[in-house]
Parts: sequence; C-alpha cells; structure tokens
Amino acid sequence: MDIARLWRQQPSNIRLLGSRCRSCGVLTFPERVRCAECCSSELQAYQFKGDGELLVATTVYEAPRGFVDQVPYVAGLVRLVEGPIVAAMITDIEPDKVAVGMRVEMVTRRICSSGADDPIVYGYKFRPVAHHD
Amino acid sequence: MALGSSVGVIGYGGYVPRFRIDAAEVDRVWKGPGMRPNGRVFKAVSGPDEDTITIAIQAARNAMKMAEIDPADIGAVWFGTESKPYAVKPTSTFVADAIGALPFSAAADWEFACKPGTEAMRAAAAMVGSGMSRYAMCGGADTAQSRPGDALEYHAGAGGAAFIMGPADESLAVLLGSTTYATNTPDFFRREGRSYPSHGQRFTGQPAYFHHIESAVARLFDELKVGPEDFTYAIFHQPNYQFPLRVGKALGFRKEQIEPFILTNMVGNTYSGALLLSFAYALDKVAPGDRILLASYGSGAGSDAASFLVTDRLAEVRSRGVPVQYYIDQGTPIDYAFYARYTQKIKLT
Ligand SMILES: [Zn+2]
Repeated sequence: MDIARLWRQQPSNIRLLGSRCRSCGVLTFPERVRCAECCSSELQAYQFKGDGELLVATTVYEAPRGFVDQVPYVAGLVRLVEGPIVAAMITDIEPDKVAVGMRVEMVTRRICSSGADDPIVYGYKFRPVAHHD
Repeated sequence: MALGSSVGVIGYGGYVPRFRIDAAEVDRVWKGPGMRPNGRVFKAVSGPDEDTITIAIQAARNAMKMAEIDPADIGAVWFGTESKPYAVKPTSTFVADAIGALPFSAAADWEFACKPGTEAMRAAAAMVGSGMSRYAMCGGADTAQSRPGDALEYHAGAGGAAFIMGPADESLAVLLGSTTYATNTPDFFRREGRSYPSHGQRFTGQPAYFHHIESAVARLFDELKVGPEDFTYAIFHQPNYQFPLRVGKALGFRKEQIEPFILTNMVGNTYSGALLLSFAYALDKVAPGDRILLASYGSGAGSDAASFLVTDRLAEVRSRGVPVQYYIDQGTPIDYAFYARYTQKIKLT
C-alpha cells in the first residue's frame, strides 16, 4: 500500500467522511473533489453516521494478498441511511447468518496489510447493529 | 490528590471482542482435561480483523455516543496498552482521528503493564481540573499476550474501555480524589521484540499485586478520611477471580461490595483494559448516590486508587451508550485451534 494514498484515503476509511455538493446537494462517499452529478467543485466534507442496510453479500474463500488471514469473510454492498452505496467487508457474523436487508453499522477494523514493514490499513467494515434495551 | 470534586466522568464506553475460549479448552491442549481447579473461566479473544487500535476506537465511539459533546473540545486522547500494533506510531492518534478530536488534541500512548489507563485518567482529570482543556479522554485496551501453556494463558483476554473526563457539573460520576503508589518491582515484564511477557510466578502476588493495591488504597482512605464502609462497591484490578476478593478482604471490604463487577471469569484479564472495563460495567448498573472505589494494578509496579460518587446524571445519559453486557452476551465459543490462529500463534508468513 502506497503511503501517500493511504494517508489521502484515511478520512474516508477511518471516519467515514464523504462529500456534500454545495450546488446540487448530492452526498457522495468516499470524498471527492468534483461532484459526480453536476461537476461542481464546490464540495464540503460530510460526516456519514455509519448506519445502513445490507443490499447484497458474498462469501470470499480465495482472498487477495493481504486478506488471507481473514478468510472466509463476507463482502457486500451497504446502502447508508443518507443514500450512498458503499462496498465493504461485513464482520462480527458467521457467513451463513448474513441476511440481505440486515441493518448494519460501521466499525473500524484492520482491512489488510501487505507485510510487516508496511503500514496496517485500517478502515470501515459493517457489522449487525448492536441492539440493546 | 483531591481536586475539590471539580472533575468527573461525563461519558464512558467499553468493548469486548466476540470470540471466547474456555479455560478448560486451554487445559485440554496443555495440561489434560480437568487439571484446572478453580471455577469456569471464559476469556475474550480478538477476531482476525481486530487489535488494540480497533478495540480502543470502538470503546471511544461508545463513550462519545453517551457524552454527546463536540469532539473539538477534547484536549487529550490518551490510551494505555501493552499490546501496541505499532511499536512506534501512537495508538491514540488513530482513536483521536476516529472520534474527530484531531488536530488540536494531545494523543499519546501510556504503558505501565495493566495500569496505564488509570495513570492516563489521573492525568486527564488534572488536565480538566487545571483548565487546560474542557474534556480529556483516557482509556485502556489490550489484546493480552500470554505464552502458550503458561499460567497467564487461562486469563489473558481482549477488550478495553474509554472514559471522557470533564467538569463535575456535567459528570455522571464525580472524582472525589485519587492516590498513586509505585515502586521499582520486577514482577512481570516483556522485553523489546519478544512476543510474550515473563513473570515471577508466585512473586506476582504478595510483594506485587497485594502490596501496591493495599498501599494506594490505604493512602486514599487516609487522605479522604474514609474507610471501606463508605463505599457501595470496590473494583480492583482482576488478573483472576480470586485476587480482587482477597485484596478487598484485606482492606476490610465485604464480598458483596466486590463480586458484582468482577469480569475475569467472563472475558478474562484484559490487562490495560481490565479495571476500566469493570468500571464501565459497574456504571451500567449502579445507582445515583453510590460511591465506587477503583484500584488498578500494573506490574513494574504500581497502583492508582480513586473514589467516585455517582450523580443523578448517570440515569439520564446511560441509555445512549452500549452496555458492556451487550458485548458479554455476544460471546461466540472457539476452540484452541481458532484461538491460536486469531492470536497469530500460527504464522502465515
Ligand atoms: Zn453537485
């Protein structure tokens, strides 16, 4: 993992920071420099809450390098309550218990690392919402 | 050290990873089934995507949910740990980043075996009490290390807790005073580059755990002119189930004051996280007006003792957080093979 890229992506990875377009109001995740809807460059940082719904999921058994220690793991698409759809790993649940439509919340976890002399990549994953009374 | 009751806890949160290993399973692999005499113990094990940084972040987020403050008002984020994912690079900058407290926040890691969390708590209280910042976050988290087959392996768990210190009038528990007691005692240590700590076997008892906690608490009693009967509950560092009960008894506490908040048999000894996690678990259950004694222990060695008075505010804000019980109830059993895999005892590269 390139350190400059890791650093650039950190606000989105660790804080779930996205963008809001000042001209058309559209919300995007991750952060962008230009609006995907109206091409405006008048974007401001937008803090997503981290709540969402699982739209689709699959279980990964043959993982790319850096992810092997986590197999089998679930990867999916989550629709945030604010609208944007995020591709992410789903954690804290057995693959056979994962259900589409499940309410999920963002947690920060280890995503991958390419080796002991490289940085550890931390970022968002989603887990079943912590229910309590 | 009394701050004139000007500082307290305005929010807190705990976190425990979901995997559990039964101490009997550790026995099955190392000593043979049925060799272990005392009660049942389950200890928490971090999953393959968790470490001290992710544990600390979750505890901190739970504390922020309860406190509902502007993270920019937090002047320090100080976590204690002895299992840093990075030997050099602060854990606390990750936590401060995750809760939005950067850039105008101090963010360093503290190390004092199992007690840096209360060391950070005293410093955070001093920071708020002196007016240097409105709020300060402190906490402790560990994925506790233990050599396979060692006595520590029965209890070395994973978890942590975070506390936000702030002005007394916003506090759910006011800090009435605290003391510290430290000596240069070589009871337990881990040398640079080693994966597992070493310890002095029975030496870790009387001259270490008991002497330091008893000395810190005796001084607190003296300074605050109080005794064991003035506290509703007493929470001691808990390397196992028996030590907190024994040290409490020596200090004049009854079993009923200590036993409700011992977590060691459910999540293990979470090292830097242990005392603060039990404090969070206690705050989930206590009532306004209750007085709580805290006494940490860190090998090396030292103890911090503190007295807290729970306020009416606790009942108003507690439900915004995530109770420690939720994480305890999430426990998912694993066998020694998965435990060995998740704690990197099996090396892939
Ligand atoms: Zn736009």
